[in-house]
Amino acid sequence: MNLLPWLIFTPLLGGLLCWQSERLGRGSPRWLALLTMLLTAALGVHFLLIGDYSLDASALGGNGWQAEFRAPWIPSLGISFHLGLDGLALSMVLLTAGLGLAAVLCSWREIQKNVGFFYLNLLWNLAGVIGVFLALDLFVFFFFWEVMLVPMYFLIALWGHNTPGGKGRIHAANKFFIFTQASGLLLLMAILALVMVYYHQTGMLTFDYDLLRNARMPLQLEYILMLGFFIAFAVKMPVVPLHSWLPDAHAQAPTAGSVDLAGILLKTAAVGLLRYVLPIFPNASAHFAPVAMWLGVAGIFYGAVLACAQHDIKRLVAYTSISHMGFVLVGIYAGTLLSLQGVIVQMLAHGLSAGALFILCGEIYERLHTRDLRQMGGLWSRIAWLPGFSLFFAAASLGLPGTGNFVGEFMILLGSFKVAPVVVAVATAALILAAVYSLLMVQRSFFGPASSSEQLEGLTVRETGMVLLLAVCLIWLGVFPQPVLDLTEAAMKPLVR
Amino acid sequence: MSSELTLQGLQALAPIIACSVTAVAVMLAIAFKRNHFFNATVTVAGLNLSLLAVWWVYTNIALPQPVTQLFVVDAYACFYMALILFATLACVTLANAYMETHPGNREELYLLITLSAVGGLVMVCSRHMAGLFIGMEILSVPLFGLAAYSFQRSRSLEAGVKYLVLSAMSTAFMLFGMALLYSQTGELSYAGIQKMLVSLETLPAIAWAGCAMLFVAFAFKLSFVPFHLWTPDVYEGAPAPVSAFLATVSKLAVFAAFLRLLQELPLMSFGPMHDVLTVIAGLSIVVGNLLALTQSNIKRLLGYSSIAHFGYLMIAVVADLRMEQPTVAIYLLTYIITTLAAFGVMIQVSSPYNGADADNLHNYRGLFWRRPYLASVLTVSMLSMAGIPLTAGFIGKFHIIFIGVGAGEWWLLAALVIGSALGLYYYLRVMITLFLAEAGMRRFEAPLNWGRTTGGLVLLFLALLMLLVGAYPDPFLRLVMASGMSA
Repeated sequence: MNLLPWLIFTPLLGGLLCWQSERLGRGSPRWLALLTMLLTAALGVHFLLIGDYSLDASALGGNGWQAEFRAPWIPSLGISFHLGLDGLALSMVLLTAGLGLAAVLCSWREIQKNVGFFYLNLLWNLAGVIGVFLALDLFVFFFFWEVMLVPMYFLIALWGHNTPGGKGRIHAANKFFIFTQASGLLLLMAILALVMVYYHQTGMLTFDYDLLRNARMPLQLEYILMLGFFIAFAVKMPVVPLHSWLPDAHAQAPTAGSVDLAGILLKTAAVGLLRYVLPIFPNASAHFAPVAMWLGVAGIFYGAVLACAQHDIKRLVAYTSISHMGFVLVGIYAGTLLSLQGVIVQMLAHGLSAGALFILCGEIYERLHTRDLRQMGGLWSRIAWLPGFSLFFAAASLGLPGTGNFVGEFMILLGSFKVAPVVVAVATAALILAAVYSLLMVQRSFFGPASSSEQLEGLTVRETGMVLLLAVCLIWLGVFPQPVLDLTEAAMKPLVR
Repeated sequence: MSSELTLQGLQALAPIIACSVTAVAVMLAIAFKRNHFFNATVTVAGLNLSLLAVWWVYTNIALPQPVTQLFVVDAYACFYMALILFATLACVTLANAYMETHPGNREELYLLITLSAVGGLVMVCSRHMAGLFIGMEILSVPLFGLAAYSFQRSRSLEAGVKYLVLSAMSTAFMLFGMALLYSQTGELSYAGIQKMLVSLETLPAIAWAGCAMLFVAFAFKLSFVPFHLWTPDVYEGAPAPVSAFLATVSKLAVFAAFLRLLQELPLMSFGPMHDVLTVIAGLSIVVGNLLALTQSNIKRLLGYSSIAHFGYLMIAVVADLRMEQPTVAIYLLTYIITTLAAFGVMIQVSSPYNGADADNLHNYRGLFWRRPYLASVLTVSMLSMAGIPLTAGFIGKFHIIFIGVGAGEWWLLAALVIGSALGLYYYLRVMITLFLAEAGMRRFEAPLNWGRTTGGLVLLFLALLMLLVGAYPDPFLRLVMASGMSA
């Protein structure tokens, strides 16, 4: 039996079960969701063990996928349910499964109403994300790209917070949905135009990735179609002029939603760029690279500067995400093997560190019922363990050596230097800003005089375990990233310019 | 082409005949015994027979089958007849519970709906101005009565009168247009007019004026911007099942007839008319969505959104004037299912009839936590209207974009993107209302056993269809592909 589609179907079915199992009590959806994510993670590990990801396409034969699944879906339009796995997809699937586990665990106590429906949305969102990573048919890709929006919308709109002074969770959810869906239509148009181009060339109507990436077109057309893809991914990533939905969505989302959003959802855009934009539009991408890299630099600075000015701790972390994804954009368009592999490490590291920071923010909120940094201060003496962990992840976020973030940023900058020395020189300066915002966050929340001497509840075993696990992964990624590099080298090589 | 009525031709008209007989039978049944259940049953049975007749014609008669000069029964007509009858059946079934406690006579609703459906059937078969006109009138006249059916409410009465005035306007334009065309060609059949016009060296201005007036008549009925002003008021005032009928059957029949006219009389759509169609499509999309943004009355909202949806549909018409692709049929199919489901939920929540419809958004607050499946149906239909994957609406929108990209209609596609973004805002607003915490005051409540009533079953079937078309559209696409127009 081909287990590949089960990476998607397990969370889908698990979600339905969670929803229905709420009749048995509030506990059962939680355990079922945990079980589902464990199963999904086990499937991911299974694929890690059975494949030899050091082989490149020619050694693998076929189109170079480690595992493939294909079933006819809409034959009259040349659409098939085509999934494939390579090192890139697998690394992202493992990240999704891991952070999915964390998201299930961190909402264990936070979510008290409509638990079953909550986990339905969470698991369906994760299924959609995994679908995006695995899709090898552009229709299937678009399908999952859109399908993951609806559950996310519900997560924000139904279980989100209404921060005082903000416009409310429904406003944030609407903004998120409209931004992504409208840009998604651009993506759909570009996909259809690409299909048309290929149809006029070969007389074959198909949405298959393996075929469409051979489409040849004049540079001008290639440029326009590339922009259609790029804008959709830029909104999701987010690249700076299109980012305004992100801080709002994060500020209002429940903890699990934020973990999901920052840790996984943003990565779909980067994977989209790697999987579709670079291989299908190589010439236009090469032309566009300087622009994209400067957009990345703009994001790095913009996110960092705005992070410094935030009072809401979740908004702060959200803006740091914009900054970190700017590095990813630079690395993708630099197009050297070193920078591309750095992108993968950076994505994994950012997923882990931002996910953990959001979890810790959620735990602070559960104890203090505020996320306003002005009302914190002196928490170090009031909560056991939590400030220490936060300090660690803040240090990771500023790129301290020994954490995965350092490796990622270092590889991206080093790999890009040959191609774009000026960009790298400017971007490096932003590392100082990273130190400023990270330390500012820690300083304002944990140090200084305490506003009250009352002790708050320390971390529970569940909370400690979850955060500790993420920390261990991050350190492992920082100290010994070689397995990740081996895993993705073959997948990244063809993208090198 | 013979103008005599042959036996074959008569057989080909079986659906129309069956539907007319149903109307007569319902009338007699009401005269025989005024019993809600009995009369409704007669209607449903008759409509089902008509649907069977369509299937019989499709499989047993050599298509296309011309019937005198007035009609032609081809695969295209069969498809739209089936769709019209399906939608009528759904409306009738949904109306059943709603009408149960209606004060005054309940039974005539069925009679009027059936009559109106006959008009729709006639329209999609006609290829002659006379047939078109007769069909349009049979479709419209019962609708005056239907819109004003709950005349105890002044809103309903107002809706009836408004629709009457609009219809009269539209008819006047249509007749004038026909007369102008006739004055230039001496012909009334589509093909004849086209032949005569083509033979002229330059097209006289009067012929253009005739085409334009015909188009205006259709635009009124299809509520294209700027001929849309009546739509929200009539949708709001008419009883919910009638609004559903107006939004589906009436629009479907008029659009199908409009397409046939464009097809057989291509002058309607070339030259300056092409630009006019483009502008009207763009305007309908943008204005329809803009006006829907702030509506808190679901019926008005659906009215405005239907304006936008027909704007999307016009993209396919403009992009593919020769109708080589089945895009329009696919879109109409998805639109019908989605709209019926949306109205169906409203009818369920409003029934039994208690003097007003549950058409205000706050009537639906927290519905999901009380009637999860009913609210899920509305959720799916809102997502479908917004064109989100896994629902029927996405397949429709996908085909529209596909054909638009193929023809390079970039301006219209830009309008579509903007319109969809606007549309999302209000569809999401409706959707999220269902999930919000309950409001203190609750005036409407769907009966607990709604899922076991016939109307409830139809609704569940529609929801299932919506998801099925969205998830596995292939069989439906094949069905639609077989419905090409016979040129």
